[in-house]
Amino acid sequence: MVTIANHSKEKLLYLIKMAEEFEKHPNRKILEGKVVATLFFEPSTRTRLSFETAANRLGARVIGFADPKVTSGTKGETLKDTIMMVSNYADIIVMRHYLEGAACYASEVAPIPIVNAGDGANQHPSQTMLDLYSIYKTQGTLENLNIYMVGDLKYGRTVHSLLTAMRHFNTTFHFIAPDELAMPEYYKMYCDTNGIRYIEHKDFDANTIADADILYMTRVQRERFTDLMEYERVKDAYLLKKNMLTHAKPNMKILHPLPRVNEIEYSIDDTPFAYYFQQAHNGLFTREALICDCLGITLEDVINDKTIIL
Amino acid sequence: MKRQEMLVAALQNGTVIDHIPSAKLFKVINVLHLEKMKTAVTVGFNLKSKKMGHKSIIKIADKFFTDEELNQLSVITPNVTLAIIRDYEVVEKKEVKMPEELYDIVKCANPKCITNNEPMRTHFHVLDKETGILQCHYCNKEVKVNEVKLV
Repeated sequence: MVTIANHSKEKLLYLIKMAEEFEKHPNRKILEGKVVATLFFEPSTRTRLSFETAANRLGARVIGFADPKVTSGTKGETLKDTIMMVSNYADIIVMRHYLEGAACYASEVAPIPIVNAGDGANQHPSQTMLDLYSIYKTQGTLENLNIYMVGDLKYGRTVHSLLTAMRHFNTTFHFIAPDELAMPEYYKMYCDTNGIRYIEHKDFDANTIADADILYMTRVQRERFTDLMEYERVKDAYLLKKNMLTHAKPNMKILHPLPRVNEIEYSIDDTPFAYYFQQAHNGLFTREALICDCLGITLEDVINDKTIIL
Repeated sequence: MKRQEMLVAALQNGTVIDHIPSAKLFKVINVLHLEKMKTAVTVGFNLKSKKMGHKSIIKIADKFFTDEELNQLSVITPNVTLAIIRDYEVVEKKEVKMPEELYDIVKCANPKCITNNEPMRTHFHVLDKETGILQCHYCNKEVKVNEVKLV
C-alpha cells in the first residue's frame, strides 16, 4: 500500500466496507501473534499514534521508532539495509519518510508488506482513505458530490490525493485559493483528461460555498510565502467564519486534515457542520482496514471474524 | 571507398552504431556497458561525415543487442543508425525507439527523491513518446526528455 492513485473504484469501496466493519467492532484479536513495525524516519505523532492504536486494538504487537535520531540512518545506513533488517523481525512495516518515493522503493526490496504513512510531498494514502471514508459516512455515498477545497491547493498533498481518488465518483470540485496557492496546472489537466468538473473561485464567502456537500479546509502555511505581508492578507481571507455557514446545506460537513492553525473559527466546532475531529477518529478504522488488507486478510475474514472483543 | 580511406575496419559479425554525435559517444559507451565487452570493440571518434560534419561510430564484434538494450539509447541519441552485420553484410537496419520504461539512464531532477539519496538505480515511465514526457517511478515527478540529466 504505497499509493491509492492506481486503486480501482471497486477496491476503494471494498476498503471502505472493511473500515465500516472495523467501526462496528474496532477491538479484536485478528492480528494476534503478528508484529507491526512503525518506522518514522520523520516525526509525525498524529499519524504514528493512529497506526499504532489500530495495530494494538487488533491484537498485534508494535515495534519501531518515532524519531529518526535514534536509528542507524544517522550512522549512514541505507534505507534498504534498515528495511531488510526490520523485515527479519516484523510481519508488516508502516513507514513515514521525508524523501519522496521512499515507500515505493522499500516495497520493492522488502519481503514483507509496506504501508506508506507519508513520503515527503508525494503520497499519504491512509489520509486519503480516511477522507474518503469520512465523506462516505457523512453523505451516505461518494457519488455526485460537490466538494469545495479551500486554502493551500498548491502544496497540499491531501487535496491532490483526494482529487485523484474521487475521479471515479462524478464529483464537481470547487477550488478556492489565492493565486500564490492555486491548484497546479498539472491537476487541472488531470481533471480535464478524466472528465472531472471543476470551478475556480477567488472569493470565499457564504454564497460561494452555499452548494457544498463537503468543505475541505487546509492550512495556509507561513513558510510557503516569500512576502509575509502577503501571508497575513491571505491567511485572513481564507478563514472560515461561523457567519459564512448561514446558507450552507444541512448535510454539509467541514473536513480538515489537521493540525488546524487559524483556518476555522473555534465557534464552528460546536455546530453540526464541524466534522474534523470525527474525521481523525475515522483514521483508526481505515488504518485497521489498510493493515489487514496488506496482510492478506479479506473483507470476508473480517465479517466472519471470531476474535471480536465486545 | 578506397582501402586507404577506410577509417574503421569492416566487421564480420556484430553491430554497428553509426552517426553518433561525437559529444555523445562516451555516454553511448556507458549506457551499453561496452567497457565490459570481451569481444573486439572498434570506436571511431571525430570522424568526417558528409551528413553531420563530425560523427562517431562504434563497431562491436559478435554482439547483437536486444531491442530493449538499444532503446535505452533513445534518451541520448535518438537519431543514430543501427546496422546488424552477418558475414560482412548488413542484414538488418534498426531505429532507436523510445521504450516504455527507462532504467538507470535518467537522473531524477527532484533533490528530495529517494533515487538521489540511496544507492539504487533510477526508473522512469515514458508517459508520452511524442512530447517526450518522463515520470519518475518513485517520486512521480515529471520531466521532459530534452531537459534530463543522465545518471
